[in-house]
Amino acid sequence: MTALGLVAVLAAAVAVIAASLTGPRQVVATPHEIHVVDGPDNNHQVRIDSTLYVPAGVTAAHPAPAVILAHGFGQDKTSVHPDAEKLAQHGYVVLTYSARGFGNSTGQIALDSPDYEGKDVHGLVSWLGHQREVQQDGADDPRVGMTGGSYGGAMAMIAAANDRRIDAIVPLITWNSLASTFFPNAADPGQPGVFAKAWAGLFFGGQSAPGRTCGRFSAAICALYQHAAATEQPTKADLALLARSSPAGVLNRIHAPTLLIQGETDSLFGLDQARANARGIAAAGTPVRLAWYAGGHSAGTNLAETSRVRSLTLSWFNHWLRGGPDPGRSFTFSQLPNDSLQPQVYTADGEPGRVRVALHGPAQPVSNPVGGSPAAVSSIPGLPGGPLAGNLAHDIPGQSATFGSMTLDHAVTVVGGGTVRVDVASNTGTATLFGKLYDQSPDGSRQLPGGLVAPFKASGTVTVRLPWIEHRFAAGHRLVLVLASTDLAYDVPRTPATYRISVAGDLNLPTQPAHEAGAANAALPWAIAALALAVLGVSAIGLAGRIRRRRGAPDPSLVDVPLVVDGLRKAYGTELVAVDNLSFRVEREQILGLLGPNGAGKTTTLRMLMGLIRPSAGTLRVFGETIRPGAAVLTRVGAFVEGPGTLPHLSGLANLQLYWRATGRPESEAHAAEALEIAGLGDAVHRKVRSYSHGMRQRLAIAQAMLGLPDLLVLDEPTNGLDPPQIRALRDVLRRYATDGRTVVVSSHLLAEVEQTCTNVIVMDRGRLVAAGAVEEIVGASTTLSVQVDQPERAATVLFGLSGVDSIEQQGTELVVRLGDATAAQVVAALSESGLAISAVAPRRRLEDAFVSLIGER
Amino acid sequence: MTNHVTFDPGRSLPLRVEVVRQLRRRRTALMLGFLVLLPFILVGAFTLSSGSNNDTFVDLAKTGGVNFTMFTLFASTGFLLVVVVALFFGDTVSSEASWGSLRYLLAAPIPRARLLRQKLIVAAGYSLIGLVTLPTVALLLGTAVYGWSPTKTPNGDTYSAWEGVARLALATGYIAVTLLLVAGVAFWLSTVTDAPLGAVGGAVAIVIVSNILDSITALHGWRSVLPTHYQFSWIDAVSVPASYTSMAKGCVVSLIYATVFFVAAFRHFGKKDVLS
Repeated sequence: MTALGLVAVLAAAVAVIAASLTGPRQVVATPHEIHVVDGPDNNHQVRIDSTLYVPAGVTAAHPAPAVILAHGFGQDKTSVHPDAEKLAQHGYVVLTYSARGFGNSTGQIALDSPDYEGKDVHGLVSWLGHQREVQQDGADDPRVGMTGGSYGGAMAMIAAANDRRIDAIVPLITWNSLASTFFPNAADPGQPGVFAKAWAGLFFGGQSAPGRTCGRFSAAICALYQHAAATEQPTKADLALLARSSPAGVLNRIHAPTLLIQGETDSLFGLDQARANARGIAAAGTPVRLAWYAGGHSAGTNLAETSRVRSLTLSWFNHWLRGGPDPGRSFTFSQLPNDSLQPQVYTADGEPGRVRVALHGPAQPVSNPVGGSPAAVSSIPGLPGGPLAGNLAHDIPGQSATFGSMTLDHAVTVVGGGTVRVDVASNTGTATLFGKLYDQSPDGSRQLPGGLVAPFKASGTVTVRLPWIEHRFAAGHRLVLVLASTDLAYDVPRTPATYRISVAGDLNLPTQPAHEAGAANAALPWAIAALALAVLGVSAIGLAGRIRRRRGAPDPSLVDVPLVVDGLRKAYGTELVAVDNLSFRVEREQILGLLGPNGAGKTTTLRMLMGLIRPSAGTLRVFGETIRPGAAVLTRVGAFVEGPGTLPHLSGLANLQLYWRATGRPESEAHAAEALEIAGLGDAVHRKVRSYSHGMRQRLAIAQAMLGLPDLLVLDEPTNGLDPPQIRALRDVLRRYATDGRTVVVSSHLLAEVEQTCTNVIVMDRGRLVAAGAVEEIVGASTTLSVQVDQPERAATVLFGLSGVDSIEQQGTELVVRLGDATAAQVVAALSESGLAISAVAPRRRLEDAFVSLIGER
Repeated sequence: MTNHVTFDPGRSLPLRVEVVRQLRRRRTALMLGFLVLLPFILVGAFTLSSGSNNDTFVDLAKTGGVNFTMFTLFASTGFLLVVVVALFFGDTVSSEASWGSLRYLLAAPIPRARLLRQKLIVAAGYSLIGLVTLPTVALLLGTAVYGWSPTKTPNGDTYSAWEGVARLALATGYIAVTLLLVAGVAFWLSTVTDAPLGAVGGAVAIVIVSNILDSITALHGWRSVLPTHYQFSWIDAVSVPASYTSMAKGCVVSLIYATVFFVAAFRHFGKKDVLS
């Protein structure tokens, strides 16, 4: 049986391991060249290089929804291969493609133009409509979602606005408006502001090739960049072109449920871009969810966050493409606590609150250097900062105004973009400035959340919209607003200028109050439960531990009888019966010996007498009162049972004193002097009991039993370990004690001891009463002689003939003679008459003999 | 003629008697002494290990008295304080049984429930003294060595030293509640076995097993009903923002276990045959 069970367990384990080793689903990737037509007049032929990923098990008979996966700017379809495989392993048919102008696709880059790239995606959707592995909603209408980061993300929105067949989209780290991306103006978002030259250079310049200034850009886009880079000011036509390449204008036409995921460390496409997209899409009644993660264009890769982004994307598609569980619409964001790599994810479950923080600092002069150099640093586009993102920032003295808050009493989690009103005067009419909100720790070091700045052009009193951030300003830290005249990543006036800057109001910051304070509310029900439990627990313990003062009425006829045992039985389980049907009675001033061999049940009886163990049946009454644990009548019983029980770390005297105090009775009743005298310990009474000999401990324990001179003194084998003089002394003590109405019960396995000390005796064997009565009666009931004789065999023959001899037993040279009616004198006479030499004759009163005679041979 | 006997079970085994009986024991002195000594040992260790280590937690401990106290509590919560409480509660009845003195106390007679109650109160008192001694000594020593400076949390938050003291007091109170569970188990075992080592070791073993199980994240929700799952939740009280949900849950779990075990102790001891 056991072997079979083991085999079954092993087989199950092997099956589990094998199942886990088979790993993810097989995916088959096939390249396809898809021909599409685009352009405003639908007259451009473009070959799109694409790859279709089909997971194992997905066939014409079992089609699956499709996902179009678009790549980022400057990349091609190969860059999204890992993501495509992951999605396909979750059961989606995935189509990756190189956008026109990228990779092996033909055409020029029109920058996510609805007329070009938008129409290309339309062509891809139609192509998917003819793939048998793809689930279809209708004729030429595949079930399809689209996702992609950055360039691919904006593409997803523009494509969804163009093509209602797209059923769900997940745009990642992308833009709302390219105009506000490349010409941000934090003082007046409607107007083009400061040219983001570093990002623009990376974005556009990265695509040019030697000999071809415009690279693969379309002529219009090429002209736009060259013009902007030269003048740093966009024309109306430029702005119109940028607007065409931005989702901002088409959001109201997006009907595909949209999950927007934006990075918290992204100096290219800020969190506000995603917010604007979310608002615009939601305004059309389309379901929208927003998530922020610890990442973005200027961040390194965080594996935990990569996996979070994947799972957010997957759950969105699972719901909207396959009818899986609804992931909801809640806004979630990540927090990387103190440079850790393990993000904390929070769900904003309350309305965002606002907090006002006063800024201090005088009006300060700020100069703009010639040529805008040297420049302050916020982030370095193209250099992912990772966890260091906020620590690169630094300002140049003389080129920045600084305004600090007081130390924060409570931590403030800023989720969104704050505002602040500032006064700006410039000797050139307008000032170009960069607003930064630092987190300054008590040691003075500063961190720029996300490495983000708010560039603006202004004069007079303006409201500056600070960068959108997710950042927790810890308690004890300060908020520091810096307004700098230069920034490495942005274009600044080349002519020198002097500004005078002061703050004109408090910082106004959006917060997540629920995140900060919600914890206390959640604790309340648990705290109430804990309190209730505490009350319940104490009362339950009190109930379990209440002292029962019930006290059976003493039997009036027995109030003067020290001990009456009636039908006493103690059985452990069904096998072992320690005491069986024991009844006896002890009168005042008796010294009762409880006699029996080891295991006779003497100690068990005495333990029941002390209330330590409960009788299985029968009763013990002491002065008429029934013994039960803690019975008050036990105060009249002093006991020494089964050896001493003293505290080894205390002196003998302290043991006696503390024992008496533990009884709770007045010192005057203790009679400690008498007890100490009996113990006879002398000066040793002040030594620790640990150092006592066995006999000393024994005497101390007997003295403890006598404290208070109890009416009934119970001693269990008191002479064990005592030397003969001490035994004799104890005998005298007990004889004296059993006067004045006091009674003593002594247990022993030695007949001689009982005979010499006791007035009465109870003989027990195997739990039963064997005999009871006065000592003389019991001992006299049988006389056995031990005879030492020179010829034991002959002597036995002689005695065999003597009448009145019950039995003769030869033990070596000794004869054990049990007498019936015959006397010892007759035995000696008979042996002498036969001429035998007797060397010794002695009465044998060993307990065994008494038993043999009392209970017969068994 | 017999003696006059004055007896009131409600006055048997007065607290001060039990306090003295336990106080003169070497283990009481050793345990309390060690709790006084531990902060000194830590300061010594920090001094020896001075140099540039990247252990931010130790560096944080050296920033001031309050932070040093926080570290000391953190270092003791998992094991030392558990052992202290297990010792005071686990050994109190079982050691009497092993000395043989239990039967004489019960036959004195001290009602069994009364004996347990008094022993429980004294064990709780000693445990509480130990629990308060440790952070108090750590705070005094830490302030003397590292100065009186604002509290810093590992997350970079700071608040005043006095607020730190108040929060640590709350944390100590919470630790006391979580240790009730250890106390309950140890006390129950103490009534079950005559071997003090068995009672103390058994309670500590349960804590160790619970800690091991708690490290198995695959147990998910089951972990939150483990006796030690919320053992370190007091850290929430010294964090910014302070959060009390885990602590409140920890109190609930601890109180449930403690009640069950204390009631079991009283019920068992009230009925059992005292054979020691």
